[in-house]
Amino acid sequence: MNDKPEKLIDKKGIRLDGRKADELRPVKIQVGVLPNADGSAYIEHGKNKILVGVFGPREMHPKHLSQSDRMVIRCRYHMAPFSVQERKSPAPSRREVELSKVIRESLEPSVFVDLYPRTGIDIFIEVLQADGGTRCASITAASLAIADAGIPLRDLVVACAAGKIDDTVVLDLYDAEDKLGVADVPVAYMPNLNAVTLLQMDGVLSPDEFESAVNMAVEGCKKIYIMQKEVLRNKYMVVKEEAEE
Amino acid sequence: MPIFFEKKQLVTPGELLAEGDYQPGENTYMEENKIYAQRIGLVDAENKRVNVVALRAFYVPKVGDIVIGTVTEVGFNGWTIDIRSPYAAILRASEVLSRPFKPQNDELSQVLNAGDLIVAKIASYDRAHDPQLTVGEPGLGKITRGQIMRVTPTKIPRVIGRKGSMISNIKQETGCQIILGVNGVILVTGKTPADEELAMMAIRKIEEESHTSGLTDRISQLLKEEKSKMEENKT
Repeated sequence: MNDKPEKLIDKKGIRLDGRKADELRPVKIQVGVLPNADGSAYIEHGKNKILVGVFGPREMHPKHLSQSDRMVIRCRYHMAPFSVQERKSPAPSRREVELSKVIRESLEPSVFVDLYPRTGIDIFIEVLQADGGTRCASITAASLAIADAGIPLRDLVVACAAGKIDDTVVLDLYDAEDKLGVADVPVAYMPNLNAVTLLQMDGVLSPDEFESAVNMAVEGCKKIYIMQKEVLRNKYMVVKEEAEE
Repeated sequence: MPIFFEKKQLVTPGELLAEGDYQPGENTYMEENKIYAQRIGLVDAENKRVNVVALRAFYVPKVGDIVIGTVTEVGFNGWTIDIRSPYAAILRASEVLSRPFKPQNDELSQVLNAGDLIVAKIASYDRAHDPQLTVGEPGLGKITRGQIMRVTPTKIPRVIGRKGSMISNIKQETGCQIILGVNGVILVTGKTPADEELAMMAIRKIEEESHTSGLTDRISQLLKEEKSKMEENKT
């Protein structure tokens, strides 16, 4: 398992896990899974399993952190000790602190923060199982949880990564491809407004490769967005159908 | 000037609703002459105004609203009340005592203590200040009996029904007194706990099926069935 395979993608364009270059991992999403949170969502993106709970808007504690002209968004990304092969210390690591900030900033443009001044919302992201691309799956789920809490949004935020393995640009890298590949480009995107809210790159890409990676990631986002909308609709449709019977 | 939805369609945040000569109404916003949804809800257009009736939202105070709240803190010259909104409400001591308030004569916790429930009206509120409550009207003040239930605040209009048809129906069938707090808290006071239970069951059903049609008829049918069952059990 730890030996590097000769090739991450074969001549026919099939990857180690059997996907084509522009194919997403299977995605399964649920909303409203936690009755104690104001809004919640659960996502299974390939082998990633992530649970998100949102509280608020509520009064800020401690009070001095509140802003008199806007709502404050706080975000905690946390990986469970059992989420990876080698036990991870439950204390927040440098990586988790950074991801918390990055996820918060990618969600902030979608929320109408100036509508409810002096309040705050808290987003708690728990990664139960990680397999590459957790920040993207977290953003997708967190945006749904915010919508589920009844907080007004400009648009849902979807995220998806693209990258380069061997010499091919591919969509939605999983753990092995992320570690052994050449580059990884996570993108968060608001489809209706055609706005990118997060764009990172780790690795080396030529300008042309970078452009095709971003375009590929945006296409991936659009596919996940359809699922996101579907899930939100279904939650309320189920009740409607039951009543009509 | 196209519209991109059917009447009563379920929409998600960010969905494009209309373009051009339309006004953004509740739970919608306008950008570059296009109107989008802000919340999950059902769309409707009324005189060029596009509205979304939200299925999930929280309570935002409005002056004149009747709310039901819980006392969370007894202060020096008033109480802090939780009204299930992003902002905590303030109730001044002089408001309740109806005479000048002197800290040396009055022990506030003997009037209202933490955990007490009150029916109150929002006296003032704006962006910069927390809402202030008043209890100086008949029907307002401390709650002494009955049962409390909580629903999503957006569903209160549905519990009231068209011109109050739904709520008066429940009141009549169960013989309960029902006070609806606009903040989603409902007080049910009846002659027996069984009556209260029945009224609460009906309200819970309304909450679950609020976005369906023909609900008023289904509820009155349900109430009649349950009542006849209760009668059978007695005999």
